[in-house]
Amino acid sequence: MREEIDTFNFSRRAFLSAAGALIVTAALPENADAAFGSDRKPPLIPDQLDSYLAVERDGTVTVFYGRIDGGQGLETSIAQMVAEELDVAFPRVKMVMSDTARTVNMGGASGALGVSRSGMHLRACAAEARRLLLEGAASALNAPAESLQVSDGVIRADSGKQITYADLIGGRYFDSKVNWNGKYGNELVVSGKAKLKRPADFKIIGTSPRRKDLPLKVFAKLDMVADVKLPDMLHARMIRPTVAGAVPVAVDESSIKNIAGAQVVWIKNLLAVVAPKEWNAVRAARTLKVTWSESHPNFPGHDKLHEHIRSAPIVKTEFPVSNGAVEEGMKRAVKVISGEYEYPTQSHASTGPACGLADVKDGEATVWTSTQKPHYARDGIANLLGLPAEKVRAVWMFGTGSYGRNDQGDATADAAVLSQHLKRPVRVQYMRHEGLAWDPKGTATVNRSRAGLDASGKVIAYENVSKAFSRLNTATNEGRAAHVLAGQLLGVALEPEQSFEIPHASYTFENGRVGWEIIPPLMDRASPLRTTHLRDPYGPPILFGSESFMDEVAAATGEDPVAFRLRYLTNPRDRDAVKTAAEKYGWEARPSPRNAQKNAAVAVGRGIAFRRHFDTFIGLVAEVRVHRDTGKIEPMRYVCAHDVGLIVNPETLKHVIDRQLVYGTSRTLFEEVRFDDKMVTSVDWLTYPVLHIDSIPQSIEIHLISRPEAAPSGAAEMALGLVPAAIGNAVFDATGVRLRRVPFTPERVKAALA
Amino acid sequence: MAERFTLKVNGQAHVVEVDDPSMPLLYALRDELQLNNPRFGCGLGQCGACTVHLNGVAARSCMVPVSTAAKAEITTLAGLGTPEHPHPLQAAWIEEQVSQCAYCINGWIMTAAALLKRNPHPTDEQIKTELNSLICRCGTHGAALRAVKRASGSV
Repeated sequence: MREEIDTFNFSRRAFLSAAGALIVTAALPENADAAFGSDRKPPLIPDQLDSYLAVERDGTVTVFYGRIDGGQGLETSIAQMVAEELDVAFPRVKMVMSDTARTVNMGGASGALGVSRSGMHLRACAAEARRLLLEGAASALNAPAESLQVSDGVIRADSGKQITYADLIGGRYFDSKVNWNGKYGNELVVSGKAKLKRPADFKIIGTSPRRKDLPLKVFAKLDMVADVKLPDMLHARMIRPTVAGAVPVAVDESSIKNIAGAQVVWIKNLLAVVAPKEWNAVRAARTLKVTWSESHPNFPGHDKLHEHIRSAPIVKTEFPVSNGAVEEGMKRAVKVISGEYEYPTQSHASTGPACGLADVKDGEATVWTSTQKPHYARDGIANLLGLPAEKVRAVWMFGTGSYGRNDQGDATADAAVLSQHLKRPVRVQYMRHEGLAWDPKGTATVNRSRAGLDASGKVIAYENVSKAFSRLNTATNEGRAAHVLAGQLLGVALEPEQSFEIPHASYTFENGRVGWEIIPPLMDRASPLRTTHLRDPYGPPILFGSESFMDEVAAATGEDPVAFRLRYLTNPRDRDAVKTAAEKYGWEARPSPRNAQKNAAVAVGRGIAFRRHFDTFIGLVAEVRVHRDTGKIEPMRYVCAHDVGLIVNPETLKHVIDRQLVYGTSRTLFEEVRFDDKMVTSVDWLTYPVLHIDSIPQSIEIHLISRPEAAPSGAAEMALGLVPAAIGNAVFDATGVRLRRVPFTPERVKAALA
Repeated sequence: MAERFTLKVNGQAHVVEVDDPSMPLLYALRDELQLNNPRFGCGLGQCGACTVHLNGVAARSCMVPVSTAAKAEITTLAGLGTPEHPHPLQAAWIEEQVSQCAYCINGWIMTAAALLKRNPHPTDEQIKTELNSLICRCGTHGAALRAVKRASGSV
């Protein structure tokens, strides 16, 4: 095990030396130990500095990070930020991530806010800790705090006397308050009295130490949640119906009587098999005979889904951007252009089917989970089991990538229900078909745009409307029993929210309207098509439409797509992202499509797309080759200009962007959840095709725009949302044909070209 | 009826007792021997997350019955190299900072290691052909290609 799983009674006091605490250099006056720090462990509440970091006796620093690292390097970047402000060497900083017994709820993985919010809060805590340590050192060394120098946790006075952080407080507690805004999760804000360092003084932020987790993964020394073994544990497999909405009405337990140790657990509509040996649980799940209720979900099928979305009633609509008078502008226009774009249902489709473990006994529960939001999972499991939240501990561990609110919290909740029922520790792992057919889905969308042009070709009215299922039909966290499959199967009342979003309104039009319309879910309870956040939750569906449409309008006015965008962008950071991407690509200013390729068997084109999300500004140029005979799109070259403000770790940032552009290519060219009238039919990697290595872009160039004076923003998902429009625009440039439906499969491209 | 098999894994012999001789090797490695590195990804031979070497050839342990595997020398990622003596691919994986979640890592490194054993200097196309049956959802494919090239000495 990499991180020992501590007991509930974890106490750092156990590490104190017999002498009572301070082991100090000779320079320290003997009475100093009474003056600084405390042996008392403050409670784990957000207004305590000790809730965020600790200096250990050996001089290492432990950071208690109430989020997670899904493999994109946050463990490393956050440690850099703390090391910087605390003035300790980077390797000294160790991270504890989202164990609810040891960290406060900072939001889990959410909105790519790890660095921009929690990283900044932890920087503030580190600066505050440094300030307090200097105060303590000032008294120990008999020197004014301002005169002290710190290097790697060693504080030196002009006199030559020195003392270390470990001497001052190693293994003990600051017992000091920080300012807390009273909120939890993404909204939690903490700050201290200390000032943050100026970028000119950075030694660690802006450098690129390598990821802490990677050697452990490469040498097979890191246990993931799927690898946890608990004494006396049972392996479970869930039994799902083959028609959505069907519930078990009869279970033939004798059908598995020959499988050693296998037993059925049937609670209301939740059905599972368990066995001491995992393979026997798998076999029992395959063998068990179940009679299911009749169910007729009457799904429209994936082929007719967008027709369904167009005609479905609207249950909620909002127009967060509305300026001027759009309809009046459209009337004044000499030309109105409109375009519709369809985005499919997509699955989180994690490489590893979800896994979770639970040990529920004596009115307490511990779960091991790789959900993105362990603190919320704790609350939801307490809700599901009827326990107070403080009696439930969620221990986060590395696991398969989740790419949004996938099914790992569902598996954890299943394990908790089974463990409570069986009074034994239970490990649940889903099978491949569940990981595709039963995860909560990213919503399909119909995006429609209109633009009214005056006689000069200027856009005088603009509208963009996304019609979709709610992104919160199932919540983005598992904080309530209603939002996990187990809760829904046990009859908990549903708590859907009706919500979509709009992208940042970067382009300014004199009359503009941007909004969304929500339609009812296809099935309301325990649906394999329930909708929630998929990585970059509303980016790809909306931006595919809105950024393709920008090109459509540019083409209609005979304008170069880059110049056209720049006409309506005023913010310098917006403009820089577009201009940098174009310049680095070597963009030749001309309207699309490119001429003289009408008869080419292989047509080459380039397309651009732009977005701002929070304070991240991204321009992406894609160059593709379109094979007319097969309809195959080959991504040749991506050039991405990326402005995230302050850059903590440039190399890791480049990797994060590089990998997500490949992932975005998979979403664009391959991914669509298929279903018929009864059930999801995407059940494996043949029926839910994804990108393989033969389809990667031939080259990806990333140009980081560094702005050390600007606050850091997020990077974990923003670039991927540009891939569908950038490729679609490149295909138009190559062929003059506009692709209006993702994924751009060869069949669809061929049909569009015909 | 439980049956006993001797498995030779990473140079060590282990005796396992199984209820079903058709049980895939993956479950013997994970459950009986606590060798966690091969992971369950699909159980269908479609993704590679469970890849090990049988006599130096990459094999998907979710598809190989334990009874068959008992005749072979089995190597897992944990047996490929160590931080002190890394396999060139392990070193390259760190140089290129390839993996993100790394759930799929056994498939990529073990499949590439078997390729390099057969063909120490593969072309890009040969590498892509060999690795094309692997799933990675984090989008590390391009980085993996660079790492294999680095390990093969062609970078």
